[in-house]
Amino acid sequence: MAFFGRLLGLFRRSRLDREIDAELREHMQMCVDDNVANGMSRRQAERAARLQFGSPTVARERVHAEDAALGLDSVFRDVRYALRGLKNSPGFAIVAILTLALGIGANTAIFQLLDAVQMRSLPISKPDELSELRIAGDTGGFGTVDSSYSHFTVPMWQEIRRHHDPFSGVFAWRANGMLLGELSEAHQIQGLEVSGEFFNVLGIAPWLGRLIEPQDESSCEITKVVASYGFWKSEMGGIPITPNTTLAVAGKTVQVLGVAPPSFFGTAVGDHFDLAYPTCTPPNPRREAFVFSVMGRLKPGWSQARASAYLAALSPGLFESTAPTGYSSNEIKRFKSFQLEATEASSGVSYLRQEYNSSLRLLLAISGLVLLIACANLANLMLARASVRQREIAIRMALGASRGRLLRQMFIESGLLALCGAGVGVALAQPLSRLLVASLGTSQSSIHLDVGTDWRVLLFASGVAVVTCIVFGTLPALRSAGADPMTSMKSGERGTTGGRECFSVQRLMVVIQIAVSMVLLVGALLFVRSYRKLVTLDPGMRESGISYGFFGFGSMKIKPENDAVFKDRLVEEVRGVPGVENAAATTHIPLSQGTWSHGVHTDSADGSSRFSYVGSTYFATMGIPLLTGRNFTNHDTNDSALVVIVNQAFLKRFLGTAQTGGKAIGQMIRVLPEPGYPERVYQIVGTIPDTKYNDLRLEMEPQAYVPIEQLPVTAQGQGIGIIVASGDSAATMDAIRRTMQAKYPQMVVQLFDFEQGIRDGLVRERMLAMLSGIFGVLAAVLVVVGLYGVLSYLLAQRRNEIGIRIALGARRGQVVRLVLRDSMGMLLAGVALGTALALAAGRGAGALLFGLKAWDPVTLGYGAVLLAVVALLASWIPAYRASRLDPVDALRTE
Amino acid sequence: MAKNDLQGALDLLILKTLSQLGSMHGYGIVTHIRRVSDELLIVEDGSLYPALHRMEQNGWVRASWAVTEYSRKAKFYALTAAGKKQLAEREKNWQDVAKGVEAILRFA
Repeated sequence: MAFFGRLLGLFRRSRLDREIDAELREHMQMCVDDNVANGMSRRQAERAARLQFGSPTVARERVHAEDAALGLDSVFRDVRYALRGLKNSPGFAIVAILTLALGIGANTAIFQLLDAVQMRSLPISKPDELSELRIAGDTGGFGTVDSSYSHFTVPMWQEIRRHHDPFSGVFAWRANGMLLGELSEAHQIQGLEVSGEFFNVLGIAPWLGRLIEPQDESSCEITKVVASYGFWKSEMGGIPITPNTTLAVAGKTVQVLGVAPPSFFGTAVGDHFDLAYPTCTPPNPRREAFVFSVMGRLKPGWSQARASAYLAALSPGLFESTAPTGYSSNEIKRFKSFQLEATEASSGVSYLRQEYNSSLRLLLAISGLVLLIACANLANLMLARASVRQREIAIRMALGASRGRLLRQMFIESGLLALCGAGVGVALAQPLSRLLVASLGTSQSSIHLDVGTDWRVLLFASGVAVVTCIVFGTLPALRSAGADPMTSMKSGERGTTGGRECFSVQRLMVVIQIAVSMVLLVGALLFVRSYRKLVTLDPGMRESGISYGFFGFGSMKIKPENDAVFKDRLVEEVRGVPGVENAAATTHIPLSQGTWSHGVHTDSADGSSRFSYVGSTYFATMGIPLLTGRNFTNHDTNDSALVVIVNQAFLKRFLGTAQTGGKAIGQMIRVLPEPGYPERVYQIVGTIPDTKYNDLRLEMEPQAYVPIEQLPVTAQGQGIGIIVASGDSAATMDAIRRTMQAKYPQMVVQLFDFEQGIRDGLVRERMLAMLSGIFGVLAAVLVVVGLYGVLSYLLAQRRNEIGIRIALGARRGQVVRLVLRDSMGMLLAGVALGTALALAAGRGAGALLFGLKAWDPVTLGYGAVLLAVVALLASWIPAYRASRLDPVDALRTE
Repeated sequence: MAKNDLQGALDLLILKTLSQLGSMHGYGIVTHIRRVSDELLIVEDGSLYPALHRMEQNGWVRASWAVTEYSRKAKFYALTAAGKKQLAEREKNWQDVAKGVEAILRFA
């Protein structure tokens, strides 16, 4: 159809041309006839007619311009013309398209990630109706919290389930590790515990078999599971699901009910699950343990606000009836004042949002700036190209092309470049964004994000393409179309006499490029230095050669009264493994996930402190020196006086003494009750220096250490964490695993490298440092290219002048200085502008920096020096070439 | 006459000429305008044909090839019904403008 239309257009055009030509010819003839009738000779008459009429081509073009149908056709001709032009200068086209593709690709990749994390709806039916229930505000660390998605205890969930009027259905879920296979060789997989309504309310249809339904919520033993599509494909080989399909989970056989569809990953963006299993209603659920995320689908006609109002009215009764016991009355009062609310959850929930929101936006800004620099380079390239083509343009104008037509022609050319760049860029963005996702993963957990291309991404990419096209295309187009054909024609092949102003525009663009790349370089340096500071930070304890393990012996049928003895033996056995220098039991591994706090009361202060229960060898293992007092001994048990060792921050906070002196020793502290942990009074027997607790970025927190033998009986379980010091942590972990597997095949052993874990906690800083570094380097390279290009171009324009200077006796050094002075001027202006911009931009990045201010003078200095080196590098070659100029050659070519 | 700023006036002149002459070719239109206006209004040849082409596309005039009195082949233009309506509108409009300009000029 389009083909015929085009054919018809061509046909129409040639017919119209013939007709117009005939009409104009006749017009001219009539004019000649009249002139002859008025007494002129034939030749005079023809000349007079031509003079009066002007160029017939111009007249024809003007008729064309009035023709509506031909408008489209002429756009098509312009496109063809532009394509031919680009084909004729493939070097320019390739450089331009590649530059744009890289710029647009990087921007699109980051936007894709932002889109996947932040904006995309869950792949479920009517996602807008989904809402997440939360306790409004902050629970202030009440009770124990499973994960960042755990907002409700089991009794709360049961109450909500009974009163869910605003919702057509509600469900609860939590992510929970599972062990796949027989115990001795089990490996960890991602489990998803769901209430019976989960799949129904979300509106997920099974891929195979059936999904979990309310009647499956019967037994608290896992007997039935639903596999995710990915798990079914990779771990189960995609076999058909029959009533006899089973798997071994933690050594027990479970039935596989069905498979979830491929697009479904759960409701937490960035997570995935391998197996989903039904939750159960335990007879005596822990009332202080926050485990579930609860979501619901709003009934038609209910808004989030109306649902929140309903839930708020429900709250007093709900928290009254679900209040835990074993807390102080103040804490219980706080608990009963909690209030429920419903929040919009069409795009699910994700911890990635808080974690990466600001850094992704910052990266998007950074990559946008890189694209801006690339655009400035392109604009300079196009300007140079336009001035080369000035003669061609002058001829076209003389032949009757209107300014508007020329402008359109130039914009079609830059539009084509932008379009090609965007196309390649979107393709490039796919691997880039996948790489980005991979860089956010750690050795322990990977992030599962579907970073596909949706309409938002396409819209973004085309928006960026249009903006870039305008940015790099406008100036050259305006300049070309604004040229006066007469002067251009007269001034010969190179055609730039009105050049002074043109040069200053190019100079201005180089200055802006330098300024923007100064911002990018300073940003990159800030993030790299901040990351370095974190990596080299001394946490107050030994990092290298430390590993830790969790040893679960729940399935070994050890009588509870023998637990303590078995744990002691386990620590001794680990210590006995070849290569192990020292080992200690502990309830908390510093700088890994998890925190544990108790309320503390002393004569001078109330508050809360971190608590760890550790063996007496803990401090020696971790290389933490005892400042005053004594270490724990074997005599510190639950039958003797309760003792505690505290750090400096604890002393400052609770005893008001900054000193390490003996005064603290012997002081008593009261620890407030919590379920499983009765109220107790401890005596301080020793003090240690401050160490980091669970986040390197935070200030030192008050910490207290209690002998693990004094862990309340009610808080003990059939598992133990052991921290190990050795020369080679990888080899030691292997040795421990082998020893334990041989000796206790029923025991679950998980081992981790301490140092690796700390690095994993810095993944965001690593990504920021890496990406801003890459972009900074890219910016510097672009500046080199831009500066080099502009200087070479300007020098080409000044060939004669320099030739004359050399002929008149200017020395090489003087010529080099002449060029360098020019670029140093631009550099200075750029750096000054860039410093101002960097200071303004720095305020946005302050929160993402560690141990550095955004206006760090050292970093600004580094940035300026780096740019100066880059600018010198870029100017050296043109300057050198100018100084080698042969004056005879230069003057002869004029 | 200026190229663009009196485009409306050019249209009006062409339409009025056609309404007076019935059917005429481009050269005849130019000649008519020059003669009737006593050489005061001279339509630039290059502006005439784009205007005629536009009017033809708008359906104000209809064109056909015919032989002139001096036996030359030429494209003859004639007003359509829409063209007559257009002319009436433009004439009224022009008189308003002229009256307005006159009033301004005469204001002491």
